Amino acid sequence: MARERHDYDDIPGTFVFDAERCREGYPINTFCMSLMKDANRKAFKADEAGYLKQFHMTPEQEQAILKRDYNRMLELGGNIYFTAKLGATDGHSFQHLAAVMTGSTQQDYAAMMLAGGRSVEGNRSISGKDKPAKAKSQSPAKKRK
Amino acid sequence: MPAIGAALDNGKTEEPYWKRVFSGFEPSKKWLAETKPDVAIVVYNDHASAFSSDLIPTFALGCAAEFPPADEGWGPRPVPIAKGDPEFAVHIAQAVILDEFDLTIVNKMEIDHGLTVPLNLLCGKKAPGEQWPFKIIPLAVNVVMYPPPTGHRCYMLGKALRKAVESYPEDLKVVIFGTGGMSHQISGPRAGLINSKWDKNFLDRLTKDPVGLTRIPHLEYMREAGAEAIELVMWLIMRGALADKVDEVYRFYTVPASNTAVGHIILENHKRASAAGKARTRYAAARAKAAVRRSER
Repeated sequence: MARERHDYDDIPGTFVFDAERCREGYPINTFCMSLMKDANRKAFKADEAGYLKQFHMTPEQEQAILKRDYNRMLELGGNIYFTAKLGATDGHSFQHLAAVMTGSTQQDYAAMMLAGGRSVEGNRSISGKDKPAKAKSQSPAKKRK
Repeated sequence: MPAIGAALDNGKTEEPYWKRVFSGFEPSKKWLAETKPDVAIVVYNDHASAFSSDLIPTFALGCAAEFPPADEGWGPRPVPIAKGDPEFAVHIAQAVILDEFDLTIVNKMEIDHGLTVPLNLLCGKKAPGEQWPFKIIPLAVNVVMYPPPTGHRCYMLGKALRKAVESYPEDLKVVIFGTGGMSHQISGPRAGLINSKWDKNFLDRLTKDPVGLTRIPHLEYMREAGAEAIELVMWLIMRGALADKVDEVYRFYTVPASNTAVGHIILENHKRASAAGKARTRYAAARAKAAVRRSER
């Protein structure tokens, strides 16, 4: 069944973790919770694809995890607080994950944050219905102030 | 907020980047030390620590005698075990449920950085063997899975909490912390969004126009201030628990703390000039001063 359309689907670059994604992504998030235990982290690292079998994911979900495609995980029902545990298992800081999801280097991402973060201008709406939205650029180099 | 916790735990609070954040809480620490609350109701959100996607309570009240820090993947944070106030918490739960808010009762729960970092910011660093200076009643709110409760629902829950606090026979000084927020998005290609103008407007209206804030739809929080800014609905529980008229005691706002904006405000119920003698005593238990605080990951 196709995903129901929601008003918040119009927010660019955003996968809202709603009840529907929560249901769909239950295996992803349950897998991520399992990584809270050191023995499980080791078992996963030893045989990633094999370890994932116990969670009964869709092939797309498995691929997203194996490829560390964090945006795809979110799209398929993963939630950031859960997928961050996978990032931690790989030894990455949260800011590293944020940079990966935005398609920038960690250095550029950190510089954007220091300069005041990503501006909301041009980042409100995909459809452009929302009045202040003009440019659709999601360039992480965009600065405010 | 884990980043703030890590900065605290790893002794980085004097580094210029972090000092800018921590120094903003110095006046608040002083305020809290002078206020000397008996109990703090801490409205916060769990980050896949106590609650996985197996169980997602909208409002969960901690009625346990103590709440140990959770292991969030790198060992429990080196902070004290939070002591609860089970009798008071149960009183609140009963009163609030009969006031038509269907709380989940939690008798065993670990607390993550969503609760322990705010405590650190307002009480300073405390070693595991030490004590927090007051009892803690955690109120966990689902703001992770959409939809979280509406801002209006949160505000009304705050009002019910106030009534529950007022009806408790013991004379306690109670503070309530609203945590989470302000503008931030930490997921997806739009991560890093900050909207200071929107945040500052929210802070202004928290004092003067809370009812107006309760009408903000979820879409606006997410669109204007980032997907995770929806945590701000938790501030409205705190605000609802205060008197309609409040005084702003202190405010602090800075960008960034790692991936987010940090906003912090202290509100006190407006002091009535005529309050004295008997009336004062009668209202003592009801004087829920509030520290709102926030910061994130």
